[in-house]
Amino acid sequence: MSISVSHINKSYKDIRALQDVSFEVKKGEIFGLIGPDGAGKTTLFRILATLLIADSGQASVAGHDVVKDYKTIRNCVGYMPGKFSLYQDLTVEENLEFFATIFKTTIKENYHLIEDIYKQIEPFKTRRAGKLSGGMKQKLALCCALIHKPEVLFLDEPTTGVDPVSRKEFWDMLKRLQQKGITILVSTPYMDEASLCDRIAFIQDGKILEIDSPEAIVKHFTKTIYNLSANNMYKLIESLKTYEHAHSVYPFGEFVHYTDTRDVFDIDELQHYLKNIGLNDITIEIAKPTIEDTFMALAK
Amino acid sequence: MERVIEVESLTKKFGAFTAVDSISFHVKKGEIFGFLGANGAGKTTAMKMLIGISHPTSGKATVAGFDVFTEAESIKKNIGYMSQKFALYDDLTVKENITFYGGIYGLSRAKIKIKTQQLIEELGLEDIANNMVGSLPLGWKQKLAFSVALLHNPKIVFLDEPTGGVDPITRRQFWEMIYKTANQGTTIFVTTHYMDEAEYCDRVSIMVNGNIEALDTPKNLKKQFSAHSMNDVFLKLARG
Amino acid sequence: MKLFLGFIKKEFYHILRDRRSLFILFGMPIVQILLFGFAITNEINNVNIAILDHSKDVTTKKIIDNISASKYFSINAFIQQENDIESVFKKGQTKAVISFEKDFNQHLIKNGQATVQIITDATDPNTANTISNYVNAIIQSQVKELNKGIDKGYQIIPQTRMVYNPELKSVFMFVPGIMTVILMLVSAMMTSISITREKELGTMEVILVSPLKPLQVIAGKVVPYIALSVINATVIILLSLFVFKMPIQGSLILLAFETVLFIVTALALGILISTIAATQQTAMMISLMGLMLPVIILSGFIFPISSMPLVLQIISNIIPAKWFIIILKAIMLKGVGFSFIWKETLILLGMTVFFIALSIKKYKIRLE
Repeated sequence: MSISVSHINKSYKDIRALQDVSFEVKKGEIFGLIGPDGAGKTTLFRILATLLIADSGQASVAGHDVVKDYKTIRNCVGYMPGKFSLYQDLTVEENLEFFATIFKTTIKENYHLIEDIYKQIEPFKTRRAGKLSGGMKQKLALCCALIHKPEVLFLDEPTTGVDPVSRKEFWDMLKRLQQKGITILVSTPYMDEASLCDRIAFIQDGKILEIDSPEAIVKHFTKTIYNLSANNMYKLIESLKTYEHAHSVYPFGEFVHYTDTRDVFDIDELQHYLKNIGLNDITIEIAKPTIEDTFMALAK
Repeated sequence: MERVIEVESLTKKFGAFTAVDSISFHVKKGEIFGFLGANGAGKTTAMKMLIGISHPTSGKATVAGFDVFTEAESIKKNIGYMSQKFALYDDLTVKENITFYGGIYGLSRAKIKIKTQQLIEELGLEDIANNMVGSLPLGWKQKLAFSVALLHNPKIVFLDEPTGGVDPITRRQFWEMIYKTANQGTTIFVTTHYMDEAEYCDRVSIMVNGNIEALDTPKNLKKQFSAHSMNDVFLKLARG
Repeated sequence: MKLFLGFIKKEFYHILRDRRSLFILFGMPIVQILLFGFAITNEINNVNIAILDHSKDVTTKKIIDNISASKYFSINAFIQQENDIESVFKKGQTKAVISFEKDFNQHLIKNGQATVQIITDATDPNTANTISNYVNAIIQSQVKELNKGIDKGYQIIPQTRMVYNPELKSVFMFVPGIMTVILMLVSAMMTSISITREKELGTMEVILVSPLKPLQVIAGKVVPYIALSVINATVIILLSLFVFKMPIQGSLILLAFETVLFIVTALALGILISTIAATQQTAMMISLMGLMLPVIILSGFIFPISSMPLVLQIISNIIPAKWFIIILKAIMLKGVGFSFIWKETLILLGMTVFFIALSIKKYKIRLE
């Protein structure tokens, strides 16, 4: 096991940031912590990165205890904090060089590890980090976290505030790093990124809701989901909510995801109900549950 | 359908750099219009011109019937604005925030009082009306901020990445509020680079390097680019 | 060691690339010294005065000539009667009226004494006091000249001897104070800000999760600022030497040693602040309110400690700046050696050790 967390609790004053959190991450796995802001993701990262001590419970990273062996861990993990923004007044190269130095290595020594990523930002190596675009900053930050060849990589919301193109590239890079045997623990508030992980843990209000692979986790969703659309989105939502058999009604892009309290029911009846209210162009079809549907069902 | 935003060949240059390159589009009354683009594509610059805080270099644009060149002050009175970065004061209570914004937009004291009551009831904030906004969960803050942006019944509300980081359920409640508002005739203008937010819009425009490269309903855009999601559409467009 | 040098290199990049901090570092000392030296001063220059001469004889004319010839005064009105005095003051331009009694010369020769009234606008008591002193001095020198050649002259010459600062040059009194303020500002405020900035940026988290030891981080932050503070102190001393011609009486080596000691004290305070403050803004506020204010008010820099209420006098003892100013004045103005200031030095040293120990103890290897 590369990371093992068992029964971790952590409170700040009256807020219980983490409640009995347990999970394990295998070597070479990309493990995603999926949950909204304030779910406790950052606290968990800080405990694993030896920056905070849990109130109770144990955790180990790369076989070392996070409290006792904190010095060893600090030598063998790469950490990218959530609001990490590099030294804005240092150039790309100076930033990288600095992080290489404090981790007792050189850019040259581990260049092979960052080559793929660094090649993309190398043309701008004399530019100050503050003048880079969001996507390039993330790449540089990743390089800085990788430069000492860590066994485990902690990435706390690395793609927040980054445009889709850069996000896609960032995830491609993580996949390549995984092939080099690095274990990656990554957090994100975006459900669409969950499917890119090997396994995910849903986290909300300091509690882990579910842990499984993205493919398996949607199977936890037992109800049938219907995709509905009509000419007036607002009316459609309101009407569905007042429908006596409605179990859940969530807008989902251009559709509404609807589940019924009954296991078997007549779609035509629902169609009629909506038509009578005055909606037109009604479409109803069965949809596959998404990771987000699963999360909402669990968090409800 | 009445057009509440009309933009024609709107351009903004910073020295030799053209941030917004002659864009043209219109937004209808009651429409939810998504304004997308990568970091640095020019969407923030374009929006700043529309809300009257940045002077265009050339082109034409009217917002809520007012000219962005000459009537910026009237525009400000007729729009609402909410951004993720700046929304409410953390060290004021829910009530104080509402009163403050009501005051800014020149609502009478009596009206503020009624509105405050109404708003707190609608959002179910009765128990925490006198709590500091800073102590509220992010999702509640965002909902409150949106309601506050609507206090003065603006014709258009500009939302700047409204739901980043919010949990999926609260986020949907937020979008339900947006649908309701749009249904009542208020136009919603959303800038975001989260494609799942884009899926909720009636129409979406995508900016690339200062130009609008695509503009249509999400459904048509997906068809046009034979993509599964807006995210795919965006990737195809931005990568050229 | 390489690790440590890498850290210091990075610190210098930060300092040299930030125009604001560069200005605080090098612009401030110069601006402050020049400000205090030229503008904020107890000296007077070209003060407008009015003359009411009831006598209009040889002696009064001579005195008036002397007054108008001095660079301190310029005469802007001759008035004819007592009633005009008030109206002249009310116009606001005139700061003093000199009124000679009738038959001034005759009285002087016959009775050996004559009266001259110096009426000053005391809304600004300090200036008023200075003006009357200066006028007095001019009149006395005139009396002295009159009495020349007379065997049994009625000579009433007040003897004032001013020690250490014979010309009452206020800049001499200010230099030690300004030096203290600036060293405090540069060392304490700048270090605390530079550490809290890393907390804000999130880089501190990464540095913590690195093999760097706490002592290395602290030393890495401190060393660049020691260097800069020494440069600053040198600039201040050179300015006072060459611009204000202030003589330094004591040993330069002793001065250098004491200065470095104080710089280390201030740096230790800076680190201490950064362990409490989470943001740059808080660090700045604590530095300004908690350090600068006492340095300016309670250290004896501007207000003499001996004239403070007893409570404040006692409090002033825990302010390092007070001791440093005493040391500086002793070396710069009095020219004494170490044997006269060993006690103050020891106090400062004790404080420094205490602050360093405290900040190392408070420096967290984790986030809380």
